[in-house]
Amino acid sequence: MNYNWNWGVFWAPSPDGAGTYFDMLLAGLQWTIVTAICSWLIALCLGTVVGIARTTGSRWMLLAGNAYIELFRNIPLLVQLFLWYFVVPELLPVQLGNWVKQLTYGAFYTAVIGIGLYMSARVATQVTAGISALASGQRMAGLAMGLTKAQVYRYVLLPQGFRVILPPLTSEFLNTIKNTSVALTIGLAELTARARAMQEFTFQVFEAFITAAALYVALNIVVTLLMRYIERRMTVPGLVAGG
Amino acid sequence: MEMISLRNIDKWYNPSFQVLKNCSTTIEKGEVVVVCGPSGSGKSTLIKTVNALESIQAGDIVVNGISVTDSGTNLPKLRARVGMVFQHFELFPHLKVIDNLCLGQVKVLGRSRSEASEKARKMLERVGLSAHAEKFPGQLSGGQQQRVAIARALVMDPVCMLFDEPTSALDPEMVSEVLDVMTELAGEGMTMMVVTHEMGFARKVANRVIFMDGGEIVEDRPAEDFFQSPESPRAVQFLSKILPH
Repeated sequence: MNYNWNWGVFWAPSPDGAGTYFDMLLAGLQWTIVTAICSWLIALCLGTVVGIARTTGSRWMLLAGNAYIELFRNIPLLVQLFLWYFVVPELLPVQLGNWVKQLTYGAFYTAVIGIGLYMSARVATQVTAGISALASGQRMAGLAMGLTKAQVYRYVLLPQGFRVILPPLTSEFLNTIKNTSVALTIGLAELTARARAMQEFTFQVFEAFITAAALYVALNIVVTLLMRYIERRMTVPGLVAGG
Repeated sequence: MEMISLRNIDKWYNPSFQVLKNCSTTIEKGEVVVVCGPSGSGKSTLIKTVNALESIQAGDIVVNGISVTDSGTNLPKLRARVGMVFQHFELFPHLKVIDNLCLGQVKVLGRSRSEASEKARKMLERVGLSAHAEKFPGQLSGGQQQRVAIARALVMDPVCMLFDEPTSALDPEMVSEVLDVMTELAGEGMTMMVVTHEMGFARKVANRVIFMDGGEIVEDRPAEDFFQSPESPRAVQFLSKILPH
């Protein structure tokens, strides 16, 4: 192999004029983090709503929830992003479509919505599983003391269900972070996109992608530690996991 | 005054399996009624129809003058005044004992946190568990958990109490601490419907015994009569099997 290693390239100024190549990667990391957090918030909110809908006992809600999940988890993320970015604006009324296409951060908004919806289907299955894992008596006990259905979810089922699914939710959050790299295909200048740009400018492909990989690993380890901390804080004395 | 009235209750789990067959009975205010019978006879299902935790396909249920079966009835409001104790306690494991006792008071009855907390502590003292208010249910024994569950129902100032096999999931040495609380409650005039196999409790405390088999109420008679001279062959057989223990 004939490759000229040059780790010093990170301290060379990058052509985008904003600093060194290392600064360029860090700016990409920031976009990765912001995109991941926004997508994750959408995934959590919608996933919780859909997950709950599948446990209410209403046949109609179950069918609607199932349809939602099958739709968003069976189409590859890449295809979904392309649909949101290239197809949906064309289907909108012309003026609205043009406005969407001219948005300054269009790629970012599209990535957040696309990844958020894709991940929400996965969160929904976890939420359903978490609630179903509880004994049916818990729901009855809540109803028997006069709580409304909504209150039973708010005070009895969800606090327990989310404790059950915290570990799988951690890996879904990690998946969300990793999935943001797909957004480079619609032009979001996140970490992977910046590593590729650096490769094209400098031809230092190994340095660029090894560093990007290390930054992903570091980010995901931080998230994992944070989630472990939350898991410990949420542990109920005397309750073996899952109750 | 009638506290609980069940008239011609029918319930099917599916078109081919009828779990309750034309069940009727009335429980007066202050009465203690034990419901017994072999497993699968429909006892637990029957008691859960009283606060509409189980739906029914035909019949009328009236509790404290309010129709349970009328679709216009505010069920949460009705259930708030009907205490229920479950076989597996069903305390909320993520909430401290004190918070288990306050949840319904605050969220359903609209009491202030301090008022609810004071009431909860009084009730815990009554069931002998003052020292455990700040613990989580998982840190208590089964008997203690069931006493907390009774206290959780009582803080709502119920007009009547439903017990669904309250001692069936307990270790034998913990049964009496729960039965003692229930006996005391009966002595204070609480209206109680109790599904149980504790025939000693039934004999000592119950005014009436309802014996069920195959989804039907087979006998519904004063406790003394039931134990001394059961009428149906099925009840005779049932008693002969469980009384010697």
